[in-house]
Amino acid sequence: MIAEKEMTNAVETIGLNLWYGTFQALTDVNIQVKKGIITSLIGPSGCGKSTLLRSINRINERLGYVRVEGAIKVLDENIYARDVEPVQLRKQVGMVFQRPNPLPLSIRENILFGHKIHTPSSLKVSRSEANDIVEKALRQVLLWDKVKDRLKHRAISLSLEEQQKLCIARLLPVKPQVLLMDEPCSALDPKGTEAVEELIWDLRGQFTILIVTHNMAQARRASDECAFMLLGELIEHETTEEIFVTPRHRKTADYIEGRFG
Amino acid sequence: MFEASELNIRNRKIESLFRILFLLMAGLLILPVAIILAILTYKGSSVISMNFLFTSPTEGMTAGGIFPALIGTIWLVSVALLFSVPLGVAAAIYLSEYARDNWFTRIINLAIINLAGVPSIVHALFGVGAFVLFFRFGTCILAASLTLGIMTLPVVIVSTWNALQAVPMAFREACWNMGATKWQTIRKIVLPNSISGILTGIILMVSQTAGETAPIMFTGAAFFLPQLPQSVFDQTMAMSLHLFVLATQVPGVPEDVPYGVAFVLIALVLVMNSLSIAFRVYLRGRKKW
Repeated sequence: MIAEKEMTNAVETIGLNLWYGTFQALTDVNIQVKKGIITSLIGPSGCGKSTLLRSINRINERLGYVRVEGAIKVLDENIYARDVEPVQLRKQVGMVFQRPNPLPLSIRENILFGHKIHTPSSLKVSRSEANDIVEKALRQVLLWDKVKDRLKHRAISLSLEEQQKLCIARLLPVKPQVLLMDEPCSALDPKGTEAVEELIWDLRGQFTILIVTHNMAQARRASDECAFMLLGELIEHETTEEIFVTPRHRKTADYIEGRFG
Repeated sequence: MFEASELNIRNRKIESLFRILFLLMAGLLILPVAIILAILTYKGSSVISMNFLFTSPTEGMTAGGIFPALIGTIWLVSVALLFSVPLGVAAAIYLSEYARDNWFTRIINLAIINLAGVPSIVHALFGVGAFVLFFRFGTCILAASLTLGIMTLPVVIVSTWNALQAVPMAFREACWNMGATKWQTIRKIVLPNSISGILTGIILMVSQTAGETAPIMFTGAAFFLPQLPQSVFDQTMAMSLHLFVLATQVPGVPEDVPYGVAFVLIALVLVMNSLSIAFRVYLRGRKKW
């Protein structure tokens, strides 16, 4: 019971408005993403799901013409506070993309990349230490047994499913708390989708996972809570079961049943 | 049911007509190169000898070799490279990786385009005014190389920029999202994967630099100077100017000597290019996507 009183939201937005130039992409979004579970974000294309995702690690601001109002709290800290270092934020909040984008390096170097950039170059990582990091991360994504004999191979030589798992694995050595996933399965075939979904489910509990998806079935079977967005607004956010069985809003029901989007 | 109609046959004829036309045009490109190389080899190769390559010109430049000019050109190109490669690559990295689309960036781009359009003789006069007179370098390798360097900067910048842009955006996004800074991303991912393209630009620059005559004529290249340069503050002979001089300024030069000089100049450029191309191929083999 006491644990309940501790921080329960890993991510929380408060009155979040976001503009790309003059176009308002998010309007007064208030969402609470609970810690340690999987929350799916659904909604038609252009509804602001990806934009919301990309504001949570502040990668959006690289574009230069983005303006944000309101607050986003990650692990109870306002990430737009002046003393926030985006690099530290991005260490805590990892991102997985639609198309697997392993770096043009070996499998091993892909895993170590994140670790290296967050470690001062004066601090030499020993070989055995590095090996442990690689093995642990790859085991976490259920890839170790498949690739342990070809760690020096190019990451691009892996299948798409394995590449996507690798992209998840490379986030883990720096011990993030939140994983953002932008349609992580949409470039994969059904079998790959199943495997990656299984993995995501496997990671549940260790990380807070926020996953954008176009795939209703996926949202339904692979998330604890589900949020529906439309035209930059958060329409409804409930447990997944409630959203799919007894949606409160007409628009949610229409979308889920495939009447638009 | 599937036989060709009148129209199909007509279109097919037109199709092959244009194909042949374009093929001819493309094939024509080979012609000048082949002719130049053939004539140079035919007329010039007879004078090539160790003696020709490694001695100074004698008897009012009508006899002897081209050693000082050969060494001079290598000096000029090397110093120009030292100047324009770091500067050009750095500028291209800024434009490709850091610059946002604003008025400042647009002015820089405009400056590059204009720099590329300035005739070489104007560069020469600029070189005289800026490096020889204002900075008081006098006529020397440094002044000539800086002039050449400025002239070839646009080539380096544009080709480096293209090479950097060819690295997929997804790699950068992957890095940034892991918390890598722009510089970490550039050093670990972007540069290693664009180095072959950057080298292409440098190859182009070397070829252009070695052959330029006007920009060095007033800034550092000498008509006749049998001794070798000792530092960048010395004047030097250069292959391109030597060729010009032999062909137009000196009476009594045997006819095949200028051809020999041209042959060596082109061979020099080809050797430098081949080395860079070999290096490029080697690097591309290591490319990982």
